Amino acid sequence: MQRIGVFVCWCGSNIAGTVDVHAVAEALKTEPGVVFSTDYQYMCSQAGQNIIKDAIRDYRLTGVVVCSCSPRMHEVTFRKTASQAGLNPYMVEIANIREQCSWVHKDVPTGTEKAIILGRAAVAKVNLNAPLTPGESLVIKRALVIGGGIAGIQTALDIADAGFPVDIVEKQPTIGGKMAQLDKTFPTLDCAACILTPKMVDAAQNENIRILSYSEVEKVGGFVGNFEVTIRKKARYVKEDICTGCGACVEKCPMKKVPNEFNLGMDNRRAVYIPFAQAVPKVATIDPNYCNMLKNGKCGLCARVCTAGAIDYTQKDELITEKYGAIVVATGYNPISLDKFDEFAYNQSKDVISSLEFERLTNAAGPTAGKLVRPSDGKHPHTIVFVQCVGSRCDACAEKGKEYCSKICCMYTAKHAMLTRDKYPDTEVYVFYIDVRTPGKNFDEFYRRAVEEYGVHYVKGMVGKVSPEGDTLKVQASDLISGKQLHIDADLVVLAAAIEPDASARPLATMLTASMDTNDFFTEAHPKLRPVESPTAGVFLSGACQGPKDIPETVSQAGAAASKVIGLLVKDKLTTNPCVAQSNELMCNGCSSCELVCPYGAITYIDKEFRMPDRSIQIRRVAQVNPAVCQGCGACTVACPSGAMDLNGFKSEQIIAEVDAICR
Amino acid sequence: MPVNGYKPLIVAFCCNWCSYAGADLAGNNRLNYPADVKIIRVPCSCRVNPMFVLRAFQRGADGVIICGCHPGDCHYTSGNYFTRRRMALLFSMLDYLGIERERTRVEWVSAAEGAKFAATMNDFAETVASLGENKRLEDLRCKK
Repeated sequence: MQRIGVFVCWCGSNIAGTVDVHAVAEALKTEPGVVFSTDYQYMCSQAGQNIIKDAIRDYRLTGVVVCSCSPRMHEVTFRKTASQAGLNPYMVEIANIREQCSWVHKDVPTGTEKAIILGRAAVAKVNLNAPLTPGESLVIKRALVIGGGIAGIQTALDIADAGFPVDIVEKQPTIGGKMAQLDKTFPTLDCAACILTPKMVDAAQNENIRILSYSEVEKVGGFVGNFEVTIRKKARYVKEDICTGCGACVEKCPMKKVPNEFNLGMDNRRAVYIPFAQAVPKVATIDPNYCNMLKNGKCGLCARVCTAGAIDYTQKDELITEKYGAIVVATGYNPISLDKFDEFAYNQSKDVISSLEFERLTNAAGPTAGKLVRPSDGKHPHTIVFVQCVGSRCDACAEKGKEYCSKICCMYTAKHAMLTRDKYPDTEVYVFYIDVRTPGKNFDEFYRRAVEEYGVHYVKGMVGKVSPEGDTLKVQASDLISGKQLHIDADLVVLAAAIEPDASARPLATMLTASMDTNDFFTEAHPKLRPVESPTAGVFLSGACQGPKDIPETVSQAGAAASKVIGLLVKDKLTTNPCVAQSNELMCNGCSSCELVCPYGAITYIDKEFRMPDRSIQIRRVAQVNPAVCQGCGACTVACPSGAMDLNGFKSEQIIAEVDAICR
Repeated sequence: MPVNGYKPLIVAFCCNWCSYAGADLAGNNRLNYPADVKIIRVPCSCRVNPMFVLRAFQRGADGVIICGCHPGDCHYTSGNYFTRRRMALLFSMLDYLGIERERTRVEWVSAAEGAKFAATMNDFAETVASLGENKRLEDLRCKK
């Protein structure tokens, strides 16, 4: 029989407000095995933990039940407390009477009654707990960063600086991501390329960093400290180590009409291309969808002009398998498709563009060499209308937009408006907004400058319709403050499209078994206290894959993710979860049911000798679980027809005891 | 959700990674649902043996709900697929045992779906309450 101590936490008034904590402590005193029961204001505080430690010693407790907040919050804390007092940490169970009781029920009698039942179930479980000892696993001292935008680059640089090797996997032919496409950055108006490209070069030159560009993650196996990842290095038909990036092939390629994705299709590139001048690695790539040689074997000009002999039309995709201790997701974002926003005539008129397209139009390295012109006729626009929240904060239009705020649009629109007025003082610039959101260092000052110094017309209200009529775009909008309808003849309309996670994030999350929210942003282990860790151990989050972010925020999160990775990689060994499956060899009949359902291949079979009651020796095939590989899901426990498989920490009899205690 | 003053007893098995976290989020956001719902934490929904469901009914539960990660999002890759199949099989036999099919449910609730968790529990509790007390499988020897 266990000697159990029950500790009921008030959590200030969080629990005590809806649950009569004294009554709970009193009621649980009479439960089987309970020898001590008390309540305290904050169990997680130093004083609270001391109450637990003292009770463990004074009452020779063999089990502890803490009725408090969610085990996802403080299970680790209280397990540590117990082990400091000499008790096996796995003899502690938490009854969640905050998140799942006091916070969701309103009146005290109901809350108290439920808290007692939850406490009772935890006591019933602890009665059947057994001490568990975690094993150890080795840490592979190498990190993988998925995504080579500013988030991935910064994370990789920080990890590499600490002395650990890092691989960056980037699906595009070059690293740099979205930031490489930007012209200036708010609120300082730094030139994006000037602050990004040195970092790209640093990453390329850092001996701890290997850049796998034009590559994608294909398969992920293993667990924290020991992931095994298969990476597909797509054939670029150019030998990366030989190509000098001279560009002779690009000049000679006759296939000139390939939409240039780097400039969002606003100009063309060749079938063999280097995305932009500062690309890293600066290596040509042949687009197999357009190259005549690859499509029908007729051409081969690039191979003839390449003095280095780097062109290789026979190149195949290469699969690289590598082991990593930690994985950082930095897959970033994309603007949403504007195809469904017919009211803004995005598909009807070339002069209705997205903000990212505007960014390319004003970029010195862009399709117009930085000259702001109308894409339709190349004329200088005089009246420019910016529309904010296109697809953001869209409750009613959930099928085409997003419910959340995309966060960065207010600031980049202010930047666009300001820069336009600065460079072209003859323009009239209107910005239509629902709210202007400028929380951030020097952000509001920046927005006010746009209004006060640069005379940008900010109008509160949404644009109802944009209709192309001849050369102009008729913009119909309402001014919510004056209550008037506005009609503006615009030359250019710029839509601040909502941003969404990159499409590669969803399949990647499945591979990593990392969770996502309803918008496909990765979820963090704790929204406030563990913002750069995924709930899946060993998987970390960097940048906009976790939620909309601007560059300063992305860089700080990237650094934070790197420091978490470094904290993991400096360890030589990790303790493994002892809550793993265990097979009772006497009951196992070697049927293989468990092996078939195990997603980790943790179960193997051995022939084992058994001494029978008649003293004869029988050799039987029995299941064996590798505790270092088992992750403790419990699929095998249900598949086992003879009931030989059980899961430590969640044994069948423990769960049944909980059911019984609840249904008593 | 008492119907005619009757409060059902509902056992909810929630997987640690998605649904239990979803229930925590419902708590964080103070989204109410009936206190009749009592949650048991399991590592994965596939840890739930059909036997546990029957045990709950035997001991007097009026409804049993199993919540896991959305298909494709299982923390253990494939656990919820097993749950789906196992429970479909079990539920198909409940009628034979004299338990209304509506007393059981498998739902997918992610860690970010606190609102869905609360809404699911409200709806389930209402359904179970409207069915009334579950007497048929209760082992009277268990109740003194």
